[in-house]
Amino acid sequence: MEATTVTRPRPEIIMRGYREAPKGWLGWLSTTDHKRIGIMYFAAALVFFVVGGAEALLMRLQLAQSESTLIDAQTYNGLVTMHGTTMVFLFVIPILAGFANYMVPLMIGARDMAFPRLNALSFWLLVTGGIVFYTSLFFEPPTAGWTMYAPLSDNAYLPDGGVDAWILLIHLTGASTLIGAINLIATIHNMRTRGMGWGRMPLFVWTVLVFSYLIVLAYPAIAAAVTMLLTDRHFDTAFFDPIGGGDPMLWQHLFWFFGHPEVYIMILPAFGIISEVLPVFARKPIFGYKAVAASTVAIAFLSMLVWAHHMFATPTATVVLGFFMISSMVIAVPTGIKIFNWIATLWRGSIVFKTPLYFAAGMVGLFTIGGITGVQLAVFPADWQLHDTYFVVAHLHYVLFGGSVFGIFAGIYYWFPKMSGRMLGEGLGKVSFWLMFVGFNLTFLIQHSAGMSGMPRRVYQYPDTGDLELYNLLSTIGSFVLGIGVVVTLVNIVRSVRNGKLAGNDPWQGNTLEWFTQSPPPPNNFDAIPAVRSVEPMKDIRREVAEGTGQQAGSVAQPVA
Amino acid sequence: MYKSAALLPLRPILLVGLAALLVLAPEASADLISPESGPSKNANDIDTLFKITLYIGIVIFLLVETTLIYSLIKFRARRQGAEAAQIRGNTPLEISWTIGAALILVMLATVTFVYLPGIKDPPASKASAIEAAEGSDYATINQKEPPGGNALEISVNAQQYIWRYDYEDSKDQLFSFHTLYAPVNTTVTLKIYSSDVVHSWWVPKLGGKADAVPGHTNETWFRADEEGTYEGTCAELCGEGHADMRTRVVVLPADEYEAWAEQQASDIKEAQDGLAEQREEREAADEDAGEVTPAQEKKTHKEEKNPPPPPGEEEGG
Repeated sequence: MEATTVTRPRPEIIMRGYREAPKGWLGWLSTTDHKRIGIMYFAAALVFFVVGGAEALLMRLQLAQSESTLIDAQTYNGLVTMHGTTMVFLFVIPILAGFANYMVPLMIGARDMAFPRLNALSFWLLVTGGIVFYTSLFFEPPTAGWTMYAPLSDNAYLPDGGVDAWILLIHLTGASTLIGAINLIATIHNMRTRGMGWGRMPLFVWTVLVFSYLIVLAYPAIAAAVTMLLTDRHFDTAFFDPIGGGDPMLWQHLFWFFGHPEVYIMILPAFGIISEVLPVFARKPIFGYKAVAASTVAIAFLSMLVWAHHMFATPTATVVLGFFMISSMVIAVPTGIKIFNWIATLWRGSIVFKTPLYFAAGMVGLFTIGGITGVQLAVFPADWQLHDTYFVVAHLHYVLFGGSVFGIFAGIYYWFPKMSGRMLGEGLGKVSFWLMFVGFNLTFLIQHSAGMSGMPRRVYQYPDTGDLELYNLLSTIGSFVLGIGVVVTLVNIVRSVRNGKLAGNDPWQGNTLEWFTQSPPPPNNFDAIPAVRSVEPMKDIRREVAEGTGQQAGSVAQPVA
Repeated sequence: MYKSAALLPLRPILLVGLAALLVLAPEASADLISPESGPSKNANDIDTLFKITLYIGIVIFLLVETTLIYSLIKFRARRQGAEAAQIRGNTPLEISWTIGAALILVMLATVTFVYLPGIKDPPASKASAIEAAEGSDYATINQKEPPGGNALEISVNAQQYIWRYDYEDSKDQLFSFHTLYAPVNTTVTLKIYSSDVVHSWWVPKLGGKADAVPGHTNETWFRADEEGTYEGTCAELCGEGHADMRTRVVVLPADEYEAWAEQQASDIKEAQDGLAEQREEREAADEDAGEVTPAQEKKTHKEEKNPPPPPGEEEGG
């Protein structure tokens, strides 16, 4: 335009041995791009979510009436096992891994994960694990519950291959998750952009880092346990068999030494999503960044010390029970800090009511209930009544569905525009939220009462005493409302992938670097990566642009190449 | 500046709701908001303890949820609304709610330990109890002996998918399946073990559950101060018949209990005599046919099928 324009030399990246990615499905099969792998994690996880949800609805159908004969006992036990295993190992963990895969490199200003090929390996191991597990449908699905308590899971009681399929699933998805976690740790430690110190790292990245360390600490325990179970079943060892000198309690200790950190593994990245979404939609910085990050670390540390609160009814010395009660209560403190900080983030904000905010606020409200019942369950004499009843089923769904899944849905609505370049429909999103919110509470609130009225979990029939049948009928109705709510979001996703409104680079006025690049981002993410000077780099950039041009910056992301 | 006008009409509703909840809570049917209770002290104490946690929980719940909903309504973005306040934190506030949360939990833990002995340790039988045997002589790190020692000891043997009750203080090797009979006002201490997989003994009205873990002995107790029939069930997934592994405790007046015990003992003896007779007949028939060993074989086979003795006894010896 003007003669005075100075052309500075442009740095050029010289790539050697670069091969164009194959087009079409082969491109997906052979990809090592963190974004494509992230999307595949999403697709796989959502498929398993639908399958696991269908299993849950079948169980609710069976329980709608007392002494129902729709489904027989072993089929029901199979559904119990498949539902729990699917949701934990094939839905929640993979979809969080999908978010981490897709978003972490973008949020820290990296071009990919540290080990792109390992990344692909961990995805394909996950898919293999899921397939191996579900082939057991064609012979005999496992029926001992996702906790697979010995000695019921021994070949003396369940000689069929279902338990072996479950063991292989744990090994394959466990390897997948461990490899993925190591990859994330390496990425976050080494590949943050200029200026992004620990105190400027987005909170979602903090939670993913802690999630990854927890995986590295907890997963070896379950890998060891299932290997011992495998040799007990097939090679005549007796780790868990009292007749051979083993002990069934060992299984419970090993399982829950993994199992309780696993609970936090499943919730921490959802916490991270909430900590990203609330500030953006309240147009306010997160309240107490350091406290929120530190409480994540504290929760992770404490989560390694609470496992035996799953074993309060076992023959265990009272002093041990007391220890695990106190450690379980202590963990409520950092969790409470998070909830208070989130609400304080909304306080005096200017809250924009978009679907991600609905799900994030819903998550805070529902998770609070799960947290309170969690403290009640930690009171071990009370747990002697509540343990293994529908009270626990209600509690764990308030934490895992009300907490993790609502958080995940907030993340889907928040980041879908970045991943697809298109917005999800707001109308359908809000309909989905209200159906899920109402359906969820109708399903699970009443289950607390069912448990306290004497209904144990994992039963395919229950006697028609008191109001049990009414409670269960309400719960079943609620579960279908919830199911419809989930389907509305799935429909929304399918419609919006092709027909959604174009998102642009930064539809929400985000705070973090993923909003700097195009939607969807190009293969190497960024043309030039901006230096980071605060925890909200996009705010800084918007301010600079506004100061430079004298007008409010809408979308300031890098120019389209 | 604008006031919280949006929320003002909601405030009385919230207050009324809160008041209604607190007033109605104890009135509501017991099993809607708290565990089962009634005839036995341990169940009643658990119920009280649970209600304390519940009331504290309700206060925290209302505090958190009303602040959340209030913030969402009051601070929603409006045209000409206030700009979002760029607050990054408030250390004194954050420290105080951390300490506040910790204090509530310290209080809860303290209350738990106050109630624990009443739930954990079996009390003495009431004066009107039946004269049970001299209590139990097993050593345990866990459950204290009831004071005075006048308690009935019953072994609970869980097996896929039935409960076997052995009345250890009876002189006739008394046992029953599925239904446990107990005298009223009498402390009953239970030793719980399993002969196959993990089960869990749970009769909600008579207290908490106790897992039956193979290779271990678990303990619990109850003292039913009211006659009646109390339903229970296995609470740990134990296989195909788990949902059908139900049980029942029938609490009888002392004289009726003793009459039952006598009748049951004679029924058992009769059945055993009948079996012995059959066995003799069969042996005689086998001898006639020239076979030598099946009786011996049958005997060892039967021994294997019997439940192993509770490990507690072995350890005690």
